[in-house]
Amino acid sequence: MTPRFAPGDRVRVCVRDVAHHCRTPHYLRGKRGVVARVLGVFPDPEQLAYHRPGSPHLPLYQVAFDHGEVWAAPQRKTVITADIYQHWLEAID
Amino acid sequence: MTRGVHDMGGLAAGPVDRTEHEMTLFDQRVDAMLRLLVDPAHGHFTIDAVRRAIEALPPDDYLGLTYYERWIRALCRLSIETGLIAEDELQRKLAALARDGGGG
Repeated sequence: MTPRFAPGDRVRVCVRDVAHHCRTPHYLRGKRGVVARVLGVFPDPEQLAYHRPGSPHLPLYQVAFDHGEVWAAPQRKTVITADIYQHWLEAID
Repeated sequence: MTRGVHDMGGLAAGPVDRTEHEMTLFDQRVDAMLRLLVDPAHGHFTIDAVRRAIEALPPDDYLGLTYYERWIRALCRLSIETGLIAEDELQRKLAALARDGGGG
């Protein structure tokens, strides 16, 4: 699968209620960030976790979030980065 | 929104305990077993399946077990799930160990 996002793109983490295994932490759902790096294309961990082959492979991004975006009361000026798979990201204009 | 017991980022937790400790023989054995079982050369299951099985532990177990106790619980579950060992085979072995004493 071709990466849909490039470094610098503004994205929002999907708010999705899933009962299965996923790698997207709860505290980042719905938060806005910026794509920092395209890390590559990897088997889908949400399928690998259940002995399925992980196809199609998914682009994985390092996404940077402002501390204030993630936590209600920002304690310091810093950036949080997390690895998020493409199907958990939506574009922000 | 559903939030698994493992998915605790951002919850109040107090200071992080950064104390290092030696791995016990049990810890090392479980670590070795996991590495072998998830090795693609053997193809039994993936680290993603291990994460999923750990996350599926009952919350009291998840919070009460040590790190490697969670791992061994996941390895047991997945070894049965994939047919590597049978449930009754595991139970027989556990019963024998309880009777005769473990091999250390």
